[in-house]
Amino acid sequence: MQRHLISAADLTRDDAVLILDTAEEMARVADRPIKKLPTLRGRTVVNLFFEDSTRTRISFEAAEKRLSADVINFTAKGSSVSKGESLKDTAQTLEAMGVDAVVIRHGASGAPYRLATSGWIDAAVINAGDGTHQHPTQALLDAFTMRRRLIGRDAGIGQDLAGKRVTLVGDVLHSRVARSNVDLLHTLGAEVTLVAPPTLVPVGVETWPCEVSYDLDSTLPKSDAVMMLRVQRERMNAAFFPTEREYSRRYGLDGERMARMPEHAIVMHPGPMVRGMEITAEVADSDRCTVVEQVANGVSIRMAVLYLLLGGNEPAVSHARTTEEK
Amino acid sequence: MSKILIRGAKVLGGEPQDVLIDGETVAAVGQDLDAEDAEVVEAAGRVLLPGLVDLHTHLREPGREDSETVLTGTRAAASGGYTAVFAMANTFPVADTAGVVEQVWRLGREHGYCDVQPIGAVTVGLEGRKLAELGAMHESAAGVTVFSDDGKCVDDAVIMRRALEYVKAFGGVVAQHAQEPRLTEGAQMNEGVVSAELGLGGWPAVAEESIIARDVLLAEHVGSRVHICHLSTAGSVEIVRWAKSRGIDVTAEVTPHHLLLTDELVRTYNPVYKVNPPLRTERDVLALREALADGTIDIVATDHAPHPHEDKDCEWAAAAMGMVGLETALSVVQDTMVDTGLLTWAEVADRMSFAPARIGRASGHGRPVSAGEPANLTLVDTAYRGSVDPAGFASRSRNTPYEGRELPGRVTHTWLRGKATLVDGKLT
Repeated sequence: MQRHLISAADLTRDDAVLILDTAEEMARVADRPIKKLPTLRGRTVVNLFFEDSTRTRISFEAAEKRLSADVINFTAKGSSVSKGESLKDTAQTLEAMGVDAVVIRHGASGAPYRLATSGWIDAAVINAGDGTHQHPTQALLDAFTMRRRLIGRDAGIGQDLAGKRVTLVGDVLHSRVARSNVDLLHTLGAEVTLVAPPTLVPVGVETWPCEVSYDLDSTLPKSDAVMMLRVQRERMNAAFFPTEREYSRRYGLDGERMARMPEHAIVMHPGPMVRGMEITAEVADSDRCTVVEQVANGVSIRMAVLYLLLGGNEPAVSHARTTEEK
Repeated sequence: MSKILIRGAKVLGGEPQDVLIDGETVAAVGQDLDAEDAEVVEAAGRVLLPGLVDLHTHLREPGREDSETVLTGTRAAASGGYTAVFAMANTFPVADTAGVVEQVWRLGREHGYCDVQPIGAVTVGLEGRKLAELGAMHESAAGVTVFSDDGKCVDDAVIMRRALEYVKAFGGVVAQHAQEPRLTEGAQMNEGVVSAELGLGGWPAVAEESIIARDVLLAEHVGSRVHICHLSTAGSVEIVRWAKSRGIDVTAEVTPHHLLLTDELVRTYNPVYKVNPPLRTERDVLALREALADGTIDIVATDHAPHPHEDKDCEWAAAAMGMVGLETALSVVQDTMVDTGLLTWAEVADRMSFAPARIGRASGHGRPVSAGEPANLTLVDTAYRGSVDPAGFASRSRNTPYEGRELPGRVTHTWLRGKATLVDGKLT
């Protein structure tokens, strides 16, 4: 494992499988009456959020607390700290406080990379989403969810996603989730297809390890998992598509479309969902939709990542579990 | 003591000759010239060029003296072998009146390292709405002939047309920063494979090419001349080539960094590589080199853009755009154009001195190295190899993309009207 987690593209297949397997161990902690491990006792983790994201922050915070880390939340959203100097200054302040890991969410693509490589700070850096670049723990939790649903909780241990067909639908252009998922799913052996109107596919996508289609209906029958991406309403004003209704007709997922998917196929969404536009309530609330599981899995994945980046040589979770089961 | 004999230099890369400077003028060029009363500069093996002329420099004064001043900028210019620089108008206040351009011009004269020829803004405050007093700037002591809203594009077709027409009255030229503003909203780097991966806002080639296409057609329509700043794409080369073949009076410049660096470097997210127009692809770089060699691109201009450390030591999106270039330009040109066999030194003299002086109407610069001409000269040790160390820069800013990179060639001497501004690599 590397010292930082900046991009899903940095993970090897074995790294990724190790994280998924470790997350499976971590998930068992959630089933205990006391959902806590001593693994990161005495370590300090800062959640450095330059951009609002309550869900991601809470997920990381839960993961950190379950590992007994000392948690500092630093919310630096807004114009007062939107200038670059502040990232450096903030980093150095945290460094001076002896922080062991920084979980950073930033509106600028590359900010976590700069933080990790500019010599401003010594701590491990975990990217919790940067601009339209990467959100690696999201991709990991998505892969974890797919492995559990498509292979099985126990059967999946040690397995990757070889041969699974995953379709990502929506605003690929602005989506760090899409970029992370394409990278990670490819590493794990899955076949990825992006489906979007041409305006929401980046120029240069042809080098990505995936297919691109503008036609959702023909893709659905060949999909084991369909991941809907969030479409921000303001994209409409920037003429990425004519109207919400037209978008919805062409790229929205409703019950009728879901019926074209294979029996076993699942519907995923990184949240928050725009019901009615990108996904109908019928689909969102169906048992094929994994949104709630994704949230729960997010905690397990983040525990695994923190543990592997910071836990180092200390006893693994499996050891703790074994002791407890005696 | 006003006589200087430069002995055995390869004038414009040709056979070794002696060049005698007397006062402000080249007195003689020939073999075995008499060294009596003259200070002798042994120049065997070195190349003597006419003093370089940069048609695109940002000196930042007035307004951002923390980045650069006329003094530090002209010292940087002298270090790089320049004897004249054209200072862009995007200062604070903007150089859109006779008062501001005269001030900048005078500071250059007073400091004496390099002639400073101010460029006037095309529109008031660079806002693109109302023509600045182009005639008054031309008639001022600064004698402005080049007008540009550089940093911003004159994107309104009517304003651009009027500017092109208006400057015909006094032989001026409009230098366009070709960037369609709507197509580059939020742009952070070249739009392509790398931007798609990095998730940085794309600056598409077509945003440059569409403006160049429009402007050459406007120049043709009104019978004026237009100059294209920092051309950066293979497509732009094609349009300029077509325009020239059609007889349109267009000239174009390329920066040293667009001849050497590609957008692959942005993968480091190091804002030292953030520049406008952005670094493009390998294919573009090769097209630009070829176009500079065949004359489609007329000149090399630095777009020397100094920024203080704190404006670059941050995350990519927050960083200022631009690179310093005066002190490394000739080395980059040697590396990319001469050592690759694309240009001779005589052609370098054309692209970096004769042609820019001609486009900017800088009288007294870009003159042949021959008797009776102003002694604006640059001596280059072309055999030198060394890595770039920004700590030694004369520029107030250090935002060079070449730190630690090995580049060939070193300017050892620069003379401005017979007065040495650089001797053995040290400023006087």
